[in-house]
This record gives sequence, C-alpha cells and structure tokens, in this order.
Amino acid sequence: MLKIENLHARVAGREILKGLSLEVNAGEVHAIMGPNGAGKSTLGNVLSGRDGYEVTAGTVSYNGVDLLTMAPEARAAAGVFLAFQYPVEIPGVNNTYFLRAALNAQRKARGEKELDSMQFLKLVRERLKVMQISDELLHRAVNEGFSGGEKKRNEIFQMAVLEPQLAILDETDSGLDIDALKQVAQGVNTLRSPERAFLMITHYQRLLDYVVPDFVHVLANGRIVESGDKSLALKLEEHGYAGLGAGAAA
Amino acid sequence: MNSMINDSSSATALRDNADVAEALGRTYSAGFITEIEMTGLPPGLDEDTIRALSAVKHEPQWMTEWRLEAYRHWLTMAKPDWAKLNIDPIDYQAISYYAAPKKQPKSLDEVDPALLETYEKLGVPLHERAALAGVAVDAVFDSVSVGTTFRKQLADAGVLFCSMSEAIREYPEIVQKYLGSVVPTGDNFFAALNSAVFSDGSFINAQNTGQFERTLIVAEEGAHVSYLEGCTAPKRDENQLHAAVVELVALEGAQIKYSTVQNWYPGDENGVGGIYNFVTKRGDCRGDDSKICWTQVETGSAITWKYPSVVLRGDRSVGEFYSVALTHHFQQADTGTKMIHLGRHTKSKIVSKGISAGKSSNSYRGLVKMEKGAEGARNYTQCDSLLIGKQCGAHTFPYMEVKNPTAIVEHEATTSKISDDQMFYCRARGIAEEDAVSMIVDGFCKQVFRELPMEFAVEAKKLLEVSLEGAVG
Ligand SMILES: Nc1ncnc2c1ncn2[C@@H]1O[C@H](COP(=O)(O)OP(=O)(O)O)[C@@H](O)[C@H]1O
Ligand SMILES: [Mg+2]
Repeated sequence: MLKIENLHARVAGREILKGLSLEVNAGEVHAIMGPNGAGKSTLGNVLSGRDGYEVTAGTVSYNGVDLLTMAPEARAAAGVFLAFQYPVEIPGVNNTYFLRAALNAQRKARGEKELDSMQFLKLVRERLKVMQISDELLHRAVNEGFSGGEKKRNEIFQMAVLEPQLAILDETDSGLDIDALKQVAQGVNTLRSPERAFLMITHYQRLLDYVVPDFVHVLANGRIVESGDKSLALKLEEHGYAGLGAGAAA
Repeated sequence: MNSMINDSSSATALRDNADVAEALGRTYSAGFITEIEMTGLPPGLDEDTIRALSAVKHEPQWMTEWRLEAYRHWLTMAKPDWAKLNIDPIDYQAISYYAAPKKQPKSLDEVDPALLETYEKLGVPLHERAALAGVAVDAVFDSVSVGTTFRKQLADAGVLFCSMSEAIREYPEIVQKYLGSVVPTGDNFFAALNSAVFSDGSFINAQNTGQFERTLIVAEEGAHVSYLEGCTAPKRDENQLHAAVVELVALEGAQIKYSTVQNWYPGDENGVGGIYNFVTKRGDCRGDDSKICWTQVETGSAITWKYPSVVLRGDRSVGEFYSVALTHHFQQADTGTKMIHLGRHTKSKIVSKGISAGKSSNSYRGLVKMEKGAEGARNYTQCDSLLIGKQCGAHTFPYMEVKNPTAIVEHEATTSKISDDQMFYCRARGIAEEDAVSMIVDGFCKQVFRELPMEFAVEAKKLLEVSLEGAVG
C-alpha cells in the first residue's frame, strides 16, 4: 500500500529525513518509535503534504501512485489520514459541521454522493460507538477549549468517521491517562481491518500493550535504524534508544 | 422572506428607500445599464436645484425650506478628512441630483417592464419575494420607490410604512416632529448634503450620479420593529457617491433591530470604480427601557465610512452593535459605532469583526461616551481583526470618555491571521484551500452572524465566500 524509498526531506533549510525507507501493506500496524527530534512528525507531515516540507530525494508510492505530487486534500480523499500530535483549534467552527464538510469534500473528490445531514447524523451516531465523545464536544467549536485528552479522542473519532485506508497517528497516546489511553487503543483496534494500515508514532511501549503492532521500527537521525516485532519495543523500554542503531544515529 | 416589521402595535416606519433585500449578487453579474427612459435634473447643485427637486416631488414649503437650510449649512462645512482613507476629491457640481423614471408608478402593474426585467437580472423576483411570508417590501431600483406591497396589512397592524415623499405629504406632523431629530441637518458634511438633496430618484443616469436615501423609523411605546436592509448596485466603472441617512427613534419600552447586508460594487481587483459609501446611521433610545440593535455585514463599496450609533437617553436603555466588515483588493473600510450613554443604568455592547484581504485596509473606529448622568452604565466592546495575506492592514481606534465614576467600560481586542496550522489541518481532512478559508472566516464571524435574522445569516455567509474569491493561493 505504502512504499517509501530513500526519502530525504528538508524543513526550514535543514535536512531532517535522511534516506528513510519503509514498506507498509494493507492490514498491518507499524509502530514508529524514536527519540525527540528524530523526524517522526516530519515523516507524518511529509506523507500528508504539509507546505514547507521539501522532499529533496526519494519516492513515496501509495497504492501505486506518486503520493508526493498530490495536494494535501487529494491525499485525504485518497484515504490518507493524519491524527495530529497537536490538533488545531478552529474558533467558531462547529466540530460536527467541520467533520461533515471534510467527509463530503472527500466523497465529492472520489465521485461519491455527498451525505445529507440526516445520513451524516446516522453515521456519527454509529461511529460514536467506536470512540465515545460527549455530545457537548460534538457541538463545540473544533478543538476549542478541549483538554489534551479530548483533542486526541476527537482525532480518533474523526478517523472513525472518515474511514481512511492509511492512518498515521502522531503520538496520539502522549499525555493521556490510562483510561483515555485504553479508550484510544480500543478505538484503533475497532478500526483495524485487512484493508486498512496504521502507522503509529509513539514514544512509549505502553500503547503497544493495547494495540499490538505487527512491526516496530526505530527512527533515529532521519532514518529507520532498526526494525523488528513487538519485542523490539520491550527492548527499547529497557535499554533506551542509546544502545540502538547507534551507528546510524551518530 | 423577512419579517420586516413584526409584533408592532404602533410602529411607524417611514422610508424613502429600502434597498433591495435579496439582491445579494452572487458575483457581480448586475453589470448592466437599464434602458429605462429617464428624466432628471442636469448635473450641478445650487439653491435652484433644490427648489426644483422639491417641486418635482410636490413638497410643502416647510420641506423646501428645511432642505435649503441644510444646503446653506453644508456650504459652510469642510469635508471631513480625519478618517484613515485616501479619497479622490469628489466634484459635487458634476453630480446629478435627481433622475427618475418619467412615469411615477402607483402599483406594480404600472411599473415599466424594463424595470421589472432589471429586477430579474438582479435576481430579485419582486412578486415572489413580496408574496413570501406576507412581507412589505419597499423595492427600490436605484433610489426609485416603485412598489410597496402589503402596506394595508401593515396599516391594520398599526404600522405606517411608506416612502419618504409620501410621508412628507401624508404624515407631515410625524415627519416634522422626527425628521432630523436624531441626525440634525448640520450633523456632518454628508448628512447635511443628504438633508439638502435626498430623494426617490437618481443613480441610473450614465452620468456621474449620487444616491441620497433617507430613512426614518419611529417605534412607539412598547413596539418592536425588525428591519432588514440589503444593498446591491449595478457594476460601474466610475466611483459613485452614496450618502444615506438613517434615523431611528425608540420610545419607551420599544425595540428596533436594524440589520444590513451591504454589497455595493467594491471596484475591481485593480481598485477601479466602486461606490463611496458615506452613510450616517443613528438611533435614539429616547424612552426608558428601550433598545436599539444595529447588525451589519459590510462587504461592498470601494470606500465605506459608517458608524451606526446609539444615543442611550432613556434610563436602562440598551444599545448594541454587531458588525462584520470585509475588505479585499483595494477596498477601504472605516467603520464602527458610537455609544453615547446619557441615562442611568444604560448598557451597550459592541462586537466588531474586521476581515482584511488583498491590499485592503480595514479600520474599526469606536467611541464609548459615559456622560455625567450615566449612573451605573456599562459598556462591553470586543474588537477582532483577521488578516488574510501580507499586504492588507487592520487598525483599531477605540475612544472612551467616561464622566461618571460609576460607569464601567470594558474593551478587548485581538488581531489574528489564518494560521498555517489551521489551513493544513483543514486540508489534511480533505477540505480545499478556499473552502477552508471561508470556513475559518465564517467561524470568526459567528458571534455576529448569530444576531442576524436566519435568512440573512445564510446570505451573509455566501457573500463572504464570494467576496473572498482569490484571496488565497
Ligand atoms: N516547521 C519546522 N520548522 C523548523 N524546524 C522544524 C519544523 N518541523 C520540524 N522541525 C525540526 O525538525 C526536527 C525533527 O522534528 P520532528 O519531526 O517534529 O521530530 P519528532 O516528531 O521525532 O520529535 C527537529 O529538530 C525540529 O526542530
Ligand atoms: Mg513529533
């Protein structure tokens, strides 16, 4: 589904990704771990097409097409979803209204029929089963005045409604208490399916107790320096990043 | 579509020109010159012009004198230049002060078909619209009052609704009592000019013309009036002068809500053409417990000077001002309000949202004045600016004068940009750039849109979208 080869990317004139390669197939869950500043969020931003992230070398192919030439909204319509590390507030714009606009924009781009408000409401009700968030949050402005945990849960709720093919979760577990973490994990598990792939960026092995990944990668100094299965995460927990891929991270 | 005047046991609405309510051109498709035969006065302004104008309108002597007095006052006045605007000098002798269809229609049936066709082009099907919701619509094409429907129904409800010309003839005692009582003839340069030359007619002539409407609304004891005003003007290359005066009077316990969506031609993307919009709007809360609320969405005109104000004379009276002003390209807007607190425990609230895009300039200018007698009076002002792009400007000029120590004045102001984070968040969810901008702008204006009557809120939102076309990218 996703094939990243030798990806180099610059931000603000500095090279952050330095030859990153990664292959993700449908149905798989990949965890990406790594120290602060390693380039994890940069990878998510590059895959989603954020302005200011300049790809200087390498390729990214998504379902056989060149992802890097597509506008962010086109990538979203094609099924790429980024759960933001820091979800953004949009004052005055109703959360549900925003989500419906997003879904309908994607559907329209895919040549599907837009949902009217009744159909959309029905979908929202159903998806609330995946990620329970309060009615009150649904009716507030997008992320405005949400607690950290509420913002993260709102991201997962959006994912449940938008039903992406490739979901990139950027530290969705950070800052959550154990109950919220379990809820988020349960949301992700509910959405796991043979057609869908996940890239879970995380600092902590904790999340991986609840969402068991198929692969774990260590991203350090702009590259994947080590890959393995879940046991790699446990090893990292014990020894830290220092001992791993030290050669590449130097 | 709109409940123009509702729940009014005894309200009087006199009006020279209710601008065409639903004619919010989606894009400026209204670019056409009507082929209606016109009569009118040649360009120029002196006392004879005013006498001729008054005569054409069959006005009584007192009205002619009133106008002449205003004119003489105007001659002594210097054009104000304090606002932060660049204005090419206006040649008042080059303006035509009266132009109207030859035949004065008494009902819709008598209206020139060419004029009705014009309404069609503007997207204003008059019959339909008038029929909708049993509303009186004083539809005016370029200042000419042509068809006032449902006047009888309104009269049965105790509402007098007619053109100013008719009011002068039929209700002289009301006009004499209230006209100029809120905005005196010599109040300011443009109000004086308006007082001298206001009329039903002008504006169509291909020559340089001006538009000078006059509106007076009196809400008597306990009456509630909700008035909607929408504007659009055919596309023209020359700048045109629009200098209206609106006076509101709320007697004891009365409430007036005056909502405007202003969409005059703003000029093109190079700053050519467009309307000069110098309007004087003022309300007088004359009675105790009265309330006046101005709500405006201003997206049009090359230059706008407009400060809808409230004089809070009655005890416990309330003044509100909710405004969205959007400028794009080379537009300049200098708008705001004045809240003059005279009575005890009077309250005012100001919410101003300015949006600037392109190379435009958008200023908020507001005065809150607490006079000696304004015991326990309160004001709350919130003034937010949103910038789109790097070449536009936003300015805030809040003035406060507090002469009563028990009065409380609060002011909050913010300036923000549509952030890259917000744009990327929307786009990463599948929302295209332009849609993201209009969504964010709409959210920014929410507090004001909430105050608009429902139909207007929908229009206002669309209008902002159209006005912001090409603002990003
Ligand atoms: N928009 C940006 N402008 C400047 N520097 C950036 C920007 N985004 C990321 N960086 C820099 O790139 C490096 C990697 O950041 P990031 O991808 O956020 O790391 P991680 O998510 O792994 O903690 C950091 O040094 C960070 O300061
Ligand atoms: Mg990060």
